[in-house]
Amino acid sequence: MVISNKTIAAIGTDAVSEAMRQINPDVVAAYPITPQTAIVETFSQMVADGLVKTHFVAVESEHSAMSAAIGAASSGARVMTCTSSQGLAYMWELLYIASGLRLPIVMPNVNRSLSAPINIHCDHGDSMGARDTGWIQLFSENGQEAYDNTIQAARIAEHPDILLPAMVLMDGFIISHSIDRVDILEDEVVSKFVGEYKPAFSLLDAENPVSIGTFDGLYGYFFEFKRQQEEAMVNAFKVIKDVGKEFGEISGRPYDLFETVGMEDAEYAIIVLGSACGTVRHQVEEMRSRGIKIGMIKLRVFRPFPAKELAEVLSGLKAVAVFDRSDTFAGHLGGPVFLEVRSSLYDLPKRPLIVNYVYGLGGRDLSIELIDKAVGELAEIASSGQVKQLVNYLGLRE
Amino acid sequence: MSTKLTELVKKPEILSGGHRLCAGCGASIAVRQMLMGAPDDVKLVIANPTGCLEVSTTIYPYTAWKASYIHCAFENAASTLSGAEAAYQSMKEQGRIKEDFRFVAFGGDGGTYDIGLQALSGALERGHRLIYVCYNNEAYMNTGIQRSGATIMGSWTTTSPHGVKGSGKKENRKDLTAIVAAHNIPYVAQASISHWKDLVRKSQKAFAADGPAFINVLAPCHRGWRYDMEKTVEMAKMAVQSCIWPLYEVDNGKWKLTTKVPNKKDILEYLKSQGRFSHLFKEENKHLLPIIQQNIDEEWEKLLKKCE
Repeated sequence: MVISNKTIAAIGTDAVSEAMRQINPDVVAAYPITPQTAIVETFSQMVADGLVKTHFVAVESEHSAMSAAIGAASSGARVMTCTSSQGLAYMWELLYIASGLRLPIVMPNVNRSLSAPINIHCDHGDSMGARDTGWIQLFSENGQEAYDNTIQAARIAEHPDILLPAMVLMDGFIISHSIDRVDILEDEVVSKFVGEYKPAFSLLDAENPVSIGTFDGLYGYFFEFKRQQEEAMVNAFKVIKDVGKEFGEISGRPYDLFETVGMEDAEYAIIVLGSACGTVRHQVEEMRSRGIKIGMIKLRVFRPFPAKELAEVLSGLKAVAVFDRSDTFAGHLGGPVFLEVRSSLYDLPKRPLIVNYVYGLGGRDLSIELIDKAVGELAEIASSGQVKQLVNYLGLRE
Repeated sequence: MSTKLTELVKKPEILSGGHRLCAGCGASIAVRQMLMGAPDDVKLVIANPTGCLEVSTTIYPYTAWKASYIHCAFENAASTLSGAEAAYQSMKEQGRIKEDFRFVAFGGDGGTYDIGLQALSGALERGHRLIYVCYNNEAYMNTGIQRSGATIMGSWTTTSPHGVKGSGKKENRKDLTAIVAAHNIPYVAQASISHWKDLVRKSQKAFAADGPAFINVLAPCHRGWRYDMEKTVEMAKMAVQSCIWPLYEVDNGKWKLTTKVPNKKDILEYLKSQGRFSHLFKEENKHLLPIIQQNIDEEWEKLLKKCE
């Protein structure tokens, strides 16, 4: 087919709003929070302008946003919401209910640090806190990817082998409030790509009343339900890859579980996710042009976590640096990405050395100089065969 | 619509027997009387917050509900149901749903007065066409009789016990029905399972309201109130007769007493009939009895003024 994109200049939140308009959900229930607010504002205007069929529920809290989303999705509607930071934290118990009820709700989350101290800028503490809630998590490098991921998330979440809610993650301000070039697909192309949503069950099926969210009792099936959720996550690997490939066919922008730069001959590499990928890629490419054998892995899918595929790519390396934009406060155990990458490598016959860099908390800038510093230390680890400091804080004022 | 018993008994039961609520539970009576007011030609979506009614009627893989039913969490029956109602409006507008649906939440006083108040207020303010029924038994009964914002002053609960330094709940209840009425929604009422005809009529009005409706139904719990299980309806009746639970409605802003109380009874008889108040009759607590009576009298007088 002929790929037709319209190129616009847009801030990240507008790119996501545009994806929401094109998905045209039956219900959106959302609450404003910096830096997500522009999404609810822009989308509300789209509703007011009659550009969508969506019923917008202007709820009184994020707790009610997710509750209303659950009620609407249980009624057979295609449902979206969006949030950030404290809002995501406020939804916490309901995130589990959305996934436990197997409701394919799609939610852009604009990454922002969690209080205290209150700070409106980017880190990944909010969505990392939700990593075990049974949601699919797709990270975006820029506004384009936030747009693309939002459209793909609907397909992934609603796939009959998955039926899980999906979060699309984009860095607060760095992506949400920066103007970038974004290629927008034609409405009909998106509409055809996401297709018609056919719910497995609905409260509004007049002939077949259903009871949803019932009590599991003491000798019930809770364990089996949870095991099925895990099975759905396993199924998600293939579906995410298939959808990413199919999206490439309509857009010219194929997607996979992660993206690699220079990994074919790299001796050591950086793993990173979110907007920092752009800066890291720039430095990695510059260093490679000088003959330095460094590679980069941009992690796109954090849930499910592509442990097997990552281990394969990392197996031949001398050393790996994992960049984390949040911490686990576990006593120098490292950030969440580090923990998972490190665990993924455990079964390899020969493991690369590994080091963790926690960076950018509360929006602290990740400069080229800081990346160079980390790469210098990584090269030293690779040549000396020794990790002097397992967890490092990059850009911390000490 | 009729409130004739001969007609009402012909209506199909939506909450089937065989559920596991206690014998003598006021909640199931409230639900059945309430649903007798539903029009015959509509489909229903029922919502529960977490609570006795939910855990006892939906033990997986069984359900006692013959209509569609959803339980999400404790504090969000109103917001969950508002999402379902929004989905209905959206899909009805798109022509994807032909039938007429109505949306009814049944929440206990814990899930309504306390933890669910924000979600309730939001749903009312947004104007969803849904009915929220509070089956009020004046404490958190599902977790084992803890005080709520609906528990009346002096009442024993497991978190307002009496002892050397305590004599039951120190604070008076909040007036939730008035709080809801302040949202200026089409229909608000206070009802009791002892006055079934009044309750069914209020239900009919709530179903007819083109917007949110709220009914606060007194539904005694013998486990929490400490009386013999066969006396549930009698307890509710005594509450109405002593004016500790007046029956009234606020129909499009107009306050009206729906059950006159010509011979208002002293509260003592009511308090004596329930174990939760037994400590009040000990010498050291007796000074609380006139205060409780005074609270009731003042609230009653205030209500009468609103209903003039």
